[in-house]
Amino acid sequence: MLESIVSYGLAVGAVYALIGITYNVMFTASRAFSFTAGMLGMMGGVLGALFIGQLGLPALVGFAAVLVCGAVMGVITEIVAVRPVLKSIEQHLYVLSTLAFALLIAQFTAIEWGTDARPFPRLIPIGEGVFDQKFWLPMLACAATVIGLELLYRRTLIGRAFLAIAEDSYAARALGLPEQKLRMASFALAGMIGALAGFAGGEMLLAFFGNQSILNFYGFVPVALGGMGNNRGALVGGLLLGLFQQAANFLVGGIFAAVAVFTVFIIVLLLRPEGFASASGARRV
Amino acid sequence: MATASEIVSGHLPVRRGLMARLEGRVSFLLLAIAAACLPLLDDSYMGVIATRACIYWILISGLNLVVGYAGQIAIGWVALLTLGAYTTAVLTAGAVMPEISPYLALLASGAIGAVFGVVVGLPALRLRTFYFAMTTLGFATIVTQIALAWKDVTGGGIGVAGPVLPWPFAPGWGFYYFCLALAALCTWMTANIAASRFGRSLVAIRDAEVAAEASGVAKPALLVTVFVFSGALAGVAGGLFSSLQSYITPDAFTFDLSVLFFIAILIGGRGSILGPLLGTILLTVLPEIAAPLVAWSTFLYAALLLLIVLLIPGGIAEMLDYRNRRPLEQHREIVPRPELLPRLLDGARPEGTLGLSGIALAFGGVRAIDGLDLDIRTGEVHGLIGPNGSGKTTTLNVISGYYRPTAGRAQLNGTALPFGAPHLRAGFRIARTFQTPRLIGGASVLENVMIGGTIDGHGTFAESLFLLPRHRRDEAQLKQRALQALAAVGLESLAAVRADRLQHSELRFMEVARALMLRPAFLMLDEPAAGLSAEEIKRLGAFIKAISRAGTGVLLVEHHADLIFDICDRVTVLNLGKMLAAGTPAEIRSHREVVSAYLGA
Repeated sequence: MLESIVSYGLAVGAVYALIGITYNVMFTASRAFSFTAGMLGMMGGVLGALFIGQLGLPALVGFAAVLVCGAVMGVITEIVAVRPVLKSIEQHLYVLSTLAFALLIAQFTAIEWGTDARPFPRLIPIGEGVFDQKFWLPMLACAATVIGLELLYRRTLIGRAFLAIAEDSYAARALGLPEQKLRMASFALAGMIGALAGFAGGEMLLAFFGNQSILNFYGFVPVALGGMGNNRGALVGGLLLGLFQQAANFLVGGIFAAVAVFTVFIIVLLLRPEGFASASGARRV
Repeated sequence: MATASEIVSGHLPVRRGLMARLEGRVSFLLLAIAAACLPLLDDSYMGVIATRACIYWILISGLNLVVGYAGQIAIGWVALLTLGAYTTAVLTAGAVMPEISPYLALLASGAIGAVFGVVVGLPALRLRTFYFAMTTLGFATIVTQIALAWKDVTGGGIGVAGPVLPWPFAPGWGFYYFCLALAALCTWMTANIAASRFGRSLVAIRDAEVAAEASGVAKPALLVTVFVFSGALAGVAGGLFSSLQSYITPDAFTFDLSVLFFIAILIGGRGSILGPLLGTILLTVLPEIAAPLVAWSTFLYAALLLLIVLLIPGGIAEMLDYRNRRPLEQHREIVPRPELLPRLLDGARPEGTLGLSGIALAFGGVRAIDGLDLDIRTGEVHGLIGPNGSGKTTTLNVISGYYRPTAGRAQLNGTALPFGAPHLRAGFRIARTFQTPRLIGGASVLENVMIGGTIDGHGTFAESLFLLPRHRRDEAQLKQRALQALAAVGLESLAAVRADRLQHSELRFMEVARALMLRPAFLMLDEPAAGLSAEEIKRLGAFIKAISRAGTGVLLVEHHADLIFDICDRVTVLNLGKMLAAGTPAEIRSHREVVSAYLGA
C-alpha cells in the first residue's frame, strides 16, 4: 500500500506542481493570476486523447500538437482576457475575465467532447505496477519543466528579461524591453506547461472536462504554500500535497482528505499569505 | 441656492435622495405587483421558473452585499446553496435522524449557511481578489466531492428527496408565494443595509479600503457580519431549492449555477439592488425562452461575463444612472465657510497633546524615521516640512497607525496609542487626509463624507436590517452632519454627484469634510494644498486656521512654504528622518541650516 500511496501521490503531486508553475509563469509576466491554469491542464488531457486516441496520430506528433494548442490558448488568454484589463484601475477585473475565458473553453469542451471521463491512450509501454508509465511520466514532465525553467530564467537573456518584467515592469519598459511581447511569450510558455501537465497526467486523471475545476484549485494550493511566483516552492508544495492527499485517501477516506486540504489551505492563507518560501512586503499607504 | 439657515440646520434640499428613492420604490412595487399577479396566467411551468427566480434572488440578494457592495469576488457561492439544500433534505427525510418540520429544517439550513459563509469568507479578511475567489472556488469543489463521497448521509450520486411544504405553502402557487414573500423580504432587508452606514462602509472597503480604516471602519467585524447574513440567505435558498427540485443530487449544483449568481450581479451593476434583481430575472428566464440554447447556456453566461467585464464594467445600474451623466457646471469655485466650523466641530472630544517619542522606522536598509520626537497640541496648527524623503508622510502613517515603528511610542495625553491598527484611531478622534485623495468613487460626495462619521452611529447591523428607530436616528444625524461639513468646505451643491466626477481640488476639500465628520481632536493633513490654485490655497489656509481655533490640533504636511509660515503656530523641520529644527515660523525662517538645506537662500 505504501508504494501505491507514494507512486500515485508523487505523480498527482507532479501534476499539481506543474499547474502551480503554470499559475506562476503567468503571474510573473503580468502580476495577474489567471483562472485558465486548470483549464489548460484539462485541455492537455482532452486534446491528447483526441489527437492520439481518436485521430490516431503518432504519439510524438500528438504530443507536439497538444503543446502547440496549449501555447495558442495561452496567447489567446493574454490577448482576450489579460491585456484589455491590465490597464484598468479595477484590479479585480482580470480575475473575472480569465475565469470567463476558462469557462468558455471548458463549456465548449463539455459540449463537443462530452461530460464523461474518457480514457487516455497508453503511450510508452515501459514499466508496470508502481513504475507504470502513468506514474513516472508526470514526474518526468515536472522535473524537466522545473530544470528547464531554472535554466531559462538564469542562463538565457530572454529568461532574464522575463524576470526583469516580473520585478518592475515599468523600469523594464524604460530599459527598452518589449513588455507586451515578453508577456505574450510567457503566456505561451504557461500554456505549454499547463497542457503538458494534463497530457502527462492524462492516463491517471483521464480526459475529463471536470478536471478543470479540480486542477484549478489543487494546482493553486502549491502556489499558496510555496509563495506566488516561486517555482521551487510550487514543486515542493505540489509533491507534498499529492502525497498528503493520497495518504489521507487511503488511510481515512476521501471526505477527510478534501476537508483537510481545504483547512490547511485556508490556515496557510490566513497565517502566511505570502507562502512559506517567500518574503512578505506589500505597502498600502 | 440654499439659504444659510438651511445649511446650518442641515435641511439642505438634496434632490437625488428623494427622487432616486421614489423611482427605486416604484420599480420594486411594479415588479412585486407583476410577480403577485403571475398565477393569473395559470401556467404552472411559468410558476416553476418564477419560483426558481425567487429562490435564486434570495441567495443573490445576500451575495450582492458581498460582491456588489463589498467588492469581494465570491465565485463559489453555490457551495452554500448545496449545503443548505442537503441540510433541509437530510433533516426532513428522516433517514439519518428523526425527521423535523420543513420550516425548522429551513432555519437549520440558514444556520449552516451562516456558519459556512464565515468559513469561506475568513480569507477575505486578509486577502483580496484572486485568493478569495480561489478559496470560494475550492470550497465549492470540495463540497461537491463530499456530497458525492458521503453516501450514508447524502445518498452519493443517487441523491436524496427534498421536503414538501404543508398547506398553505404546498407545491405550486402556494410554494411560489412563500418564496416570493421571502424574496421580497430579502430585497427590503438588503436595501436597508445598502442605505445604512454598514452599506456605505462596505462600498468604502471596496473602493478605498485605506480611507475606510482611517474613518474607523473595522473591516473584519463588518465583513464577518455580512458573510453571516449572506451565508444564511444562501442556506435558506438552498433549503427552498431542495423542495422545488423535489430530488437533489450533486449534479444539481454545478459550478454553472455559481457563475449565474455572479453574472446576475455583474450585469446588474455593483452597488445596486434593482440592477442585480433584474439580472437575476433575466438570467433565469432567458434560457427557458430560448429552449434550443439550454445546452449552451453556461457557455453563453461565460461569454456574457467576458463581454461585461471588457465592455460595460458598470452593468445595467450604471446605464440607468442618467443623473450622473448630466454635465456638471464648468469653472466651479470652492468657497469654504469657516464660520460654520464651530457648530460642526462642537462636541466632547479630548484636549491636550498627541506626542511621539523616540520613533524609529526602517524600510529595508533605509531609515525613514530615525528617533523622532514630536508634540501636537489641540488648538494649534503644527507644520511638518522637509525635503522629499525626509519622512513626513511616514511620520503621519505612524501616527495614524498604518506603520508599526521599530522603536518609540505614541501617546495621547499619556495613553499609549496602539500601532498597526489604523481603524482604532478614529475612536481617539484622530482623523487624516491622504496625499492622493482616497475617494469612494462609486458613492456620492455626500456618502463619501458620511463615511467619516461611521463610528458615531449607535445602531447595530440587525437594527439597520429592519429600519429600527436607532438606525433612523443614526442616519438622520449622519446626513445632517455631512451636509453641514459639506457646507463648511463649500461643496454642498455637489452633494449628490458621484465622487469620481469631481475635480482634484474638490476631492481635497471633500476629504477634509470627511475628516471633519469625526469631530477630530487631531487632524492630519497630507499636502492638502497640492494641485490647488493660489486663490484656493489662501482660502484653504484660512480654513485650516479656523479648524485649529475651533479646538482641533492640526498636523500639516506641506511643501508650500508660504502656507506653512502663514498659518502654523509651530513648525518642525525633518531631514533624513531626523528633526532638523523646531520652533515658531519666525525662528524656522531664520534658522541657518534649514535655509541652506531646504528653503534656499
